[in-house]
Amino acid sequence: MASVEVLEAKASITRSKTRKGKLWKYRSLIILALPGILLMLINNYLPMFGIFLAFKDLNYTEGIWASKWVGLDNFKFLFASNDAWVIIRHTIFYNLAFLIINTVLAILLAILLNEVKNKVMSKFFQSTVILPNFISMVIVGYLVYGFLNPDLGFVNKFIMEPMGWEPVNWYATPEHWPYILTIVNTWKNVGYAAVVYLAAIIGIDQEYYEAAVIDGASRWKQMTNITIPLIAPVIIILTVLAIGRIFNADFGLFYQATMASGMLKSTTDVIDTYVYNALMVTGDTGLASSAGLLQSVVGFILVVSVNLIVRKFSKDNALF
Amino acid sequence: MSTQKRTHPLIIAVLSLFSLACLIPFWLVLMISIADEKEVLKHGYSFWPQKFSFVAYQFLAQDAEKILRAYGVSIFVTVVGVVVSLFVTSAMAFSMSRKDFPLRGALSIYILITMLFSGGLLPWYLVYTRFLHVQDTLLALIIPGLIGGFNVIIMRTFFTNSIPPSLIDSAQIDGASEYRTYFSIILPLSLPVLATIGLFITVSYWNDWFTSLVFIQNEKLFSLQYLLNKTLMNASFLQSIANKAYSTTAQVTQPLESIRMAMAMIAIGPLVLVFPFLQKYFVKGLTVGAVKG
Repeated sequence: MASVEVLEAKASITRSKTRKGKLWKYRSLIILALPGILLMLINNYLPMFGIFLAFKDLNYTEGIWASKWVGLDNFKFLFASNDAWVIIRHTIFYNLAFLIINTVLAILLAILLNEVKNKVMSKFFQSTVILPNFISMVIVGYLVYGFLNPDLGFVNKFIMEPMGWEPVNWYATPEHWPYILTIVNTWKNVGYAAVVYLAAIIGIDQEYYEAAVIDGASRWKQMTNITIPLIAPVIIILTVLAIGRIFNADFGLFYQATMASGMLKSTTDVIDTYVYNALMVTGDTGLASSAGLLQSVVGFILVVSVNLIVRKFSKDNALF
Repeated sequence: MSTQKRTHPLIIAVLSLFSLACLIPFWLVLMISIADEKEVLKHGYSFWPQKFSFVAYQFLAQDAEKILRAYGVSIFVTVVGVVVSLFVTSAMAFSMSRKDFPLRGALSIYILITMLFSGGLLPWYLVYTRFLHVQDTLLALIIPGLIGGFNVIIMRTFFTNSIPPSLIDSAQIDGASEYRTYFSIILPLSLPVLATIGLFITVSYWNDWFTSLVFIQNEKLFSLQYLLNKTLMNASFLQSIANKAYSTTAQVTQPLESIRMAMAMIAIGPLVLVFPFLQKYFVKGLTVGAVKG
């Protein structure tokens, strides 16, 4: 019985030599993949075709297709206003600062967490440091407001006042925000990254350490010569991913933590908030689309080139 | 050798400080929410108010409709979103995990492109509002989160590595269709990865406020996070919540500051309660996520 079926299956394979026949044979698998394919088409691919909007003067009443082509005018306008350089600089500087501080702190935290041998304690520390990652940016906005509310906030009332310093109207003082946003970002993200690194550290074969101890390696030596080199692939992948996204700011952070305060723009406006404002607040679709396209294109070039560089050094660590 | 067994006290101290830093902002908000409003206005937000009061929570209970509705929207969107998303993601990953599937490579590239390049906010916005016309409907909150390239790749990796191809072959020799194989064999065997990815999708749906900010005008469709966002950013919106409750209560002063923070606590509450139970999945999931697809 079974052999007949095998023969039949073999026959059907010979029958479906042609590509079309082959696809027909796999129609059920194609149907299973179809919802995902369609959703990506809607979510990711249709918007990609929309990049031509950056070269149009979008007019809703005339319709998207009928709107006038304006060539590079939108870009000229964007760069003429000087906004472009400011938001590009902010986006890159913030992301670089976040990347460096988060990576260093997360690796340190992971190494410390790995030293905790008591199971209950280890679980407690892991849970608490990762907790901020699972709350929404809206809640983060509340937490920041609790500290920085100009009239009632903890910082003004319990730190500035007792020290005899003038209270600061935080939401109207742009110069402090590079630090505030960096602290908030670290607070929210470092625990998550640390647990990822911790998972990598736990995966390291204990024999390396045992051999090192026999050779008389100090804990510091063990860290620099075993732990860090062995988790380097994870560090590289996460860094490549982060560099690829260096043109994408965390909109939630820059919008919620600052409470969308217009007065902070001179130090907190990044490409994402700029595009959002141009689109939803001022309704300037030309600026929104040209800044958006700039972001997508530069981001794409960055990922591909960083990946290329990583590939050159070690093929295994590249993303694709 | 003794250093292997016992953790250095300095390490414990540093980690304790770290943990404290992660928890303390929550404590501050909790204390503001149960502080007496007069106390707050006089002395500011403090970690240990001199007088406690639960009036803010009473206010919110008076006009619970808005909050309950927002809770309902968030729960509905999250449940539907997670179930559909898990199905779509795993079905696509299942097809791609089959070594003999001719579209395997093409689909990988299809997904990779979505991870590398995006059309930007404006075209994305137009697709939903001018093409699908889903603005101001719950669909606008659900559709955007349904699929993510990274999740598909994690699941595909799991299917490829942990489900022996011979199992699928033997099922199909016994006459099981692809659908039957997927539903009766693959899904039950993949509960760990489904739980992990499901949890991540749950958190992202539950915490989402951006799609509401962009697509939702109708107050009845405000999700919990968006209601919170409005209450924080918009003083008159907060006032309107307080006023509605005020009309039915004898309280003289409106505890605006406490009400604001009480709303945040009501939103954080459930998370803190379930977090300890979910934590092990999060950690497991991070390990999965750390492995390249």
